[in-house]
Amino acid sequence: MKTIVSTSRIRLYQISFFAAVLLVWVFVTETGRVSPLFLPKLPALGRKFIDLLTSGDWARPLSVTLFELASAYAMAVVAGVFIGFLVSRTRFATRVFEPLFSSLFAIPLIIFYPLAMLFFGLGAGSKIALGSVIAFFPIVLNTISGFSSVNPLYLRAAKSMGASHAILVRRVLLPAAFPVILTGLRIGFIICFLSIIGGETLGSLEGLGHEIVFNAESMNTVGMFAWIIFVVLIAFALNIVVQRLERHGEHYK
Amino acid sequence: MSARSDCSPDDRQGRSITLSSLFLTPGRARVAVIVAALMFWELAARIYNDPDFFPPMTRTAVALVELLQRPTIWNVLGVIAASLLVGFVIALVAGTVLGMMIGRNRTAYLTFYPIVVLLYAIPQVTLLPLFVLAFGVGIEVKIVYGLTHGFFPIIVCVIAGTQNINPVLLSAARTMGASRRQILRRIVFPYIVPSLFTGMRLGVSAVLIGVILAELYASQRGVGYYIRHYSETFESQYLFALVALVSALGICLNELLRRAETHFSRWRQ
Repeated sequence: MKTIVSTSRIRLYQISFFAAVLLVWVFVTETGRVSPLFLPKLPALGRKFIDLLTSGDWARPLSVTLFELASAYAMAVVAGVFIGFLVSRTRFATRVFEPLFSSLFAIPLIIFYPLAMLFFGLGAGSKIALGSVIAFFPIVLNTISGFSSVNPLYLRAAKSMGASHAILVRRVLLPAAFPVILTGLRIGFIICFLSIIGGETLGSLEGLGHEIVFNAESMNTVGMFAWIIFVVLIAFALNIVVQRLERHGEHYK
Repeated sequence: MSARSDCSPDDRQGRSITLSSLFLTPGRARVAVIVAALMFWELAARIYNDPDFFPPMTRTAVALVELLQRPTIWNVLGVIAASLLVGFVIALVAGTVLGMMIGRNRTAYLTFYPIVVLLYAIPQVTLLPLFVLAFGVGIEVKIVYGLTHGFFPIIVCVIAGTQNINPVLLSAARTMGASRRQILRRIVFPYIVPSLFTGMRLGVSAVLIGVILAELYASQRGVGYYIRHYSETFESQYLFALVALVSALGICLNELLRRAETHFSRWRQ
């Protein structure tokens, strides 16, 4: 039986959990049990992070990464929704292409990054190629499943009332498939961001991932941690924005 | 897909399926699409005509056969397989045990589930240089980085599974004097099996991504090493062959787990 647990007590447990983690961190770093090469001291990390924020050094790498993200995502959305729509038009095409796309999606596509670097170099091109290919799959798969799960009764009803093809798509198909497609768009956005950071980590000239690697390779662990925190916060912020947009989109319907 | 009725959205398609199904099944059409894609690769590479960059499919296939005859490739695949297996098993055991502990206790669930979700949202790819710093460039970093990728989907699915258990069944079993062990075996386990398998499938692909990422970032004798080697020496047919090999591995693993998932979830229908 579900017992009622007060939320304030839950919050207390959660805060003590995080406090315990931080305490362990302070303990092992201040007593020298873990070398500052692996885990920086908390005060030093705090200073470094504030330095990073106030210096404005984050602006350039952030804009590079966001540019790559926007380009890659735009291509993935256009291609994914368009191809998904075309495939979903016939049941036969769905049965041919849907398993193909989901099999390809099971490949750890990051393995193609060395090829992307070979073709597009170390600049933005290789990240855009990788990000758009990886984001394409969840978008196309959700578009297919969104459009093909539309209740056929609605279609028949609209058609018998004399709806044209354009009206059928705009008034019946799109609204019904929209929530599922939105989920695909959200997942695609998140993994697009992840793969672009991954690409920047594996080989790049600039960008957020590059800053993390650069600091790691020059053994500047404090700097690396400060950048990691920055990127994680950016990821959380993007996550929240996308979730809001998704909820807004579902509401709109 | 199950929500979809057999009634096709368009009447024209209904007829074309019955007609064409005599010789053109979706399976055959899929093979045709794959063959067409391979032929397109062959043609594009021949027109591009720079085998150092973009080898034709046939040359890649020959290179793949050549690679498979060398013992080094089996070491490379062995490193991937070993890291994948060890990382996955640890992630599975840890994810299942912790997931059951968190999911079966109301206070633990309310306290730790949001924390698990928060940690899951951290992009682990940012931590890759940190992992390499801490665990070196050997097989250890592949195992650890793989298992942290696989752990979160598994624990989230296990917790979700425990929340789906019908509480009436639990109290009924208790009033009839079932032991803790019997409850686990007869109620909890069958109920979480479907979500456990979903978690396992997601977990395996996540572990594979983690292992490959760690390989590509720093590797002394794994696939990452050879991929870097072949792209630096412009022996791109071997590079393409290795990529194809890893891709095939990912597809086979996913297919295997998808089949296991439907097989073990069958009791629900």
